[in-house]
Amino acid sequence: MSTSAPVEVEAPREVHDFEHDRPWIVIVWNDPVNLMSYVTLVLQKLFGYSKAKATQLMLQVHNEGKAVVSSGSREKAEHDVARLHAHGLWATMRQD
Amino acid sequence: MFERGQEGGVELRLSRDERSLLAGLVAELRAVLDGAPGDPSLRRLFPPAYDEAADERAYRDLMGNELLDGRRAALTLVAETVEHERLSAEEADTWLRALNDLRLVLGTRLDVKEDTFAEELQRDDPRAPAFAVYGYLSWMQEELIAALST
Repeated sequence: MSTSAPVEVEAPREVHDFEHDRPWIVIVWNDPVNLMSYVTLVLQKLFGYSKAKATQLMLQVHNEGKAVVSSGSREKAEHDVARLHAHGLWATMRQD
Repeated sequence: MFERGQEGGVELRLSRDERSLLAGLVAELRAVLDGAPGDPSLRRLFPPAYDEAADERAYRDLMGNELLDGRRAALTLVAETVEHERLSAEEADTWLRALNDLRLVLGTRLDVKEDTFAEELQRDDPRAPAFAVYGYLSWMQEELIAALST
């Protein structure tokens, strides 16, 4: 096997804006007032999740204290948080 | 209390007393939202979206009024339909949000915790009537969800 001379690799011209590209995540937190059935229904309605998927997320919120329910651009995450807030769920967002 | 009606709506089977209780609670919350939107009991209706203060202020500036107006509109709709015999699917969905808001505010006032109902409340506890209303609203919301899910 021959060893080829080291190839000079040109540095990428544009520094990728990872800071901007990292997705934002929307978290729903457990709280003692919202009913489990209500949280499941809201997740189905807002995100189009199946009953099984929404129930699984609701149980994660209930048992582990929180669950990531959606992710995407900052604008999308903020829209999702606002819709969850309109329904009375305790939701926050942060960059992943 | 609620029965699945036509086209996703529900039939309202509420007594006069129940309708009057609900109308009173809705009017009371509406008065707080209108007169004292900074009241601590409303804290759970407007949770923060961001950890960072500047981001949170921007979110508040952008969404605060829309969220407040949405809540007012939901309470108005319940007040307008509380004597009806049936609700459309859209009206039922609005009722669900308004019932949830009532429970969030009452739950905040009563400082409801995960294990609050594990211990039986004493009959002479001054919070007993409010807890009874809270329990009733919870049951009502469960019934409405069940009717909408069938």
